[in-house]
Amino acid sequence: MITPTHYMLLSAALFMIGVVGVLTRRNIIIIFMSIELILNAVNINLIAFSAQLQNAIGQVFAVFVIAVAAAEAAVGLGIILAFYRNKETVNIDEMNLMRW
Amino acid sequence: MGEAIAFYTLAAFILGFAVLVVTTKDTVHSVLFLVLDFLFVAALYVMLGAQFLAAIQILVYAGGIVVLYLFVVMLVNLKRPAEVHVDPNRRGQMGFWLSAAVLGELALISAWGYVAPAPPVGSVVGMPASITGNTEQVGWLLYTSYLIPFEIASMLLLVAMIGAIVLAKREL
Repeated sequence: MITPTHYMLLSAALFMIGVVGVLTRRNIIIIFMSIELILNAVNINLIAFSAQLQNAIGQVFAVFVIAVAAAEAAVGLGIILAFYRNKETVNIDEMNLMRW
Repeated sequence: MGEAIAFYTLAAFILGFAVLVVTTKDTVHSVLFLVLDFLFVAALYVMLGAQFLAAIQILVYAGGIVVLYLFVVMLVNLKRPAEVHVDPNRRGQMGFWLSAAVLGELALISAWGYVAPAPPVGSVVGMPASITGNTEQVGWLLYTSYLIPFEIASMLLLVAMIGAIVLAKREL
């Protein structure tokens, strides 16, 4: 029997993999992909509870999460391109223009 | 039994590909593993009875966002590996410790924050009984109770589109 707990554990594991990717990788494109993994973990939770409660509202919020993820990817990748044009790098260790 | 087999298979694939996304050296391979990961998550949505979300996941994520990533990976010249330069102040271990802290928080929440499983609340109040399909339900909610968030999301996408064009353009 698969309970919502199983889905929550899967979602937490996916979330953790995303967090490790964000915190340990230096390639900013990989960091963005890890953020997508984190958003997917959130969506799995929303839809698992939507199925558990027999109620479609969770799926509506998952649609909003996907919309925000699309907006984030578009703007973020635009920023990466603009930055790459100026500094010729995608390494976040070299992205220190605004570092105090 | 069949549900358990399907769940564990899908979960193994989702987590395995997620690990590959994060650990692979080659960024193009990483993007391709991300597509596979999204496809298996879509399969999980089908298992949960959210067919509309599964279709959206494949269309928007695997079809749209990942292509955007591939474009950027191709546009950005990665002949010089991104990971060569290391900031001397970088604390590499710190990331793992912070991740472990987040994992600990999640474990604490799941161990101490237990609440009794909620009973199924059934369909949404006010939804006509004739609406039964998954896509119909999501569409009905989007155009009635969640109309304003829906419009705001469309504005957000418009703003993001303009912002991406402004950012990526060489000179305005």
